[in-house]
Amino acid sequence: MSDEVISEINRNFIYQLTEKGKRIDNRAPNEYRPIRVEKSVVETAEGSARVYLGNTVVLVGVKIGLGEPFPDTPQKGVLTTNAELVPMASPTFESGPPREGSIELARVVDRGIRESGTLDLEKLCLEEGEKVWVVFIDIHVLDYDGNLFDASALGALAALTNTTVPASRFELGEDFKLPIMHYPIACTTIKVENSLLVDPSLEEEKVACARLTVTTDENGDIRAMQKGLGGSFTLEQIKNIVTSSQELAKVNRKYVLD
Amino acid sequence: MGENIDLKLMDEEGRRIDGRKFDELRPIKIEANVLKRADGSAYLEWGGNKILAAVYGPREAHPRHLQDPTKARVQCRYNMAAFSVMDRKRPGPDRRSVEISKILSEALEYVIFTEQFPRTTIDIFIEILQAEAGTRCSGLTAASVALADAGIPMRDLIVSCAFGKIAGKVVLDLRKEEDNFGEADVPLAIVPRTEEIVLLQMDGHLTTNEFQEGLSMAMKACKNIYGLQREALRKRYSTVIDKNEEKEKKEEKKEKEEVVQ
Repeated sequence: MSDEVISEINRNFIYQLTEKGKRIDNRAPNEYRPIRVEKSVVETAEGSARVYLGNTVVLVGVKIGLGEPFPDTPQKGVLTTNAELVPMASPTFESGPPREGSIELARVVDRGIRESGTLDLEKLCLEEGEKVWVVFIDIHVLDYDGNLFDASALGALAALTNTTVPASRFELGEDFKLPIMHYPIACTTIKVENSLLVDPSLEEEKVACARLTVTTDENGDIRAMQKGLGGSFTLEQIKNIVTSSQELAKVNRKYVLD
Repeated sequence: MGENIDLKLMDEEGRRIDGRKFDELRPIKIEANVLKRADGSAYLEWGGNKILAAVYGPREAHPRHLQDPTKARVQCRYNMAAFSVMDRKRPGPDRRSVEISKILSEALEYVIFTEQFPRTTIDIFIEILQAEAGTRCSGLTAASVALADAGIPMRDLIVSCAFGKIAGKVVLDLRKEEDNFGEADVPLAIVPRTEEIVLLQMDGHLTTNEFQEGLSMAMKACKNIYGLQREALRKRYSTVIDKNEEKEKKEEKKEKEEVVQ
């Protein structure tokens, strides 16, 4: 994803700022850009949300259909997550089959939701081993200015909380809200030289040497993690990131619940 | 839908399912410059259609063999979001969207001064976020606003609108049920200043008279939509102008104060 170029002068500028504990947009190292979550933005979707994270815009739609359960979980509904980095969102995104960037994004979001047990999948079973509800989460990135992980995870959760299972359309009883059990929030931190910055903007992502996404639930328990990029973290840094992610998730969760 | 074949598309008083008259458009809202990264962009709501258009370029065309030494390539990509329709659409291009992308590219190419940018490509991306019939017309209308917003030299904007036939009557701007159970659908796009037609498709059944009647009705509607497009662009740039004027006034004031001191 970050195969965009950055000029040497900008790179050095960001390095110099981080040494002083500052950032290009005047944020504190552990400060998010302004977040806005709009729910029910697409009427054709069973649930949807548009998330603004600074200039990054992500639209998530949830569609629900009928399908067969996986053989190893015959009594559970199916959850699938798909992400599209549409070329509209950045001059570096190209059309075509999903690349590794969008696959990683979809899988990180999926893991956060799946591993935290956000959905009570057993309630989505109609006939054991035969017929279950399939929940499709589709992430559509519209404007890319960094930190797609957090924006997409927030959007996916917001869209799920806003989803109605259209049972009556399939003549299978009354419509009902998706059974939501937990509220996992992803928080991404990058390492620039030896400083840690949360919610990287695009410019910061370009100079990052390592990235860590930590997904925590409403009890502060860790539900999923993903380390990315070529660099490394020390144990101390990982501990710090986990603590700050738990704190920040508490704040960001409010945007989904409202 | 599908189950309700006996659906009545027009009542005795000539009102359509959504209460529109035969020559009435669905409500349209256009906003220019809505995305940060794109060189130009536009958001358009047309009835139940919600559409984003973005423009990148002119930029280097690659692979190299696609470069045209005499003019820019105009490449439009029409894409529907998986959640934009009732039954989830599988992501990625299908035959329908490839065809639509092609005809939209050709329509837009006509108004762009492509000869000014040899060896480049102008990419136009149309994302259908929510669909309710008439997405190609809405997409094209939004795309030309996005092109103008990107500052790309053009002969004129392009406006698009469809007419069709339901319950034996020629009507403007079909909505979903009318498209599915109506007798004809004719998407049309024009260059409003010259009234040249740059896109025309049809499926269904129409007599020559009906076709001509629909054509003039759609032309008239296009001119109205043209006004909305221009208004969206004017709004976008008038705010810039206002801001600059404000800034100038402030500076003038400052200078005066300095002189007084």
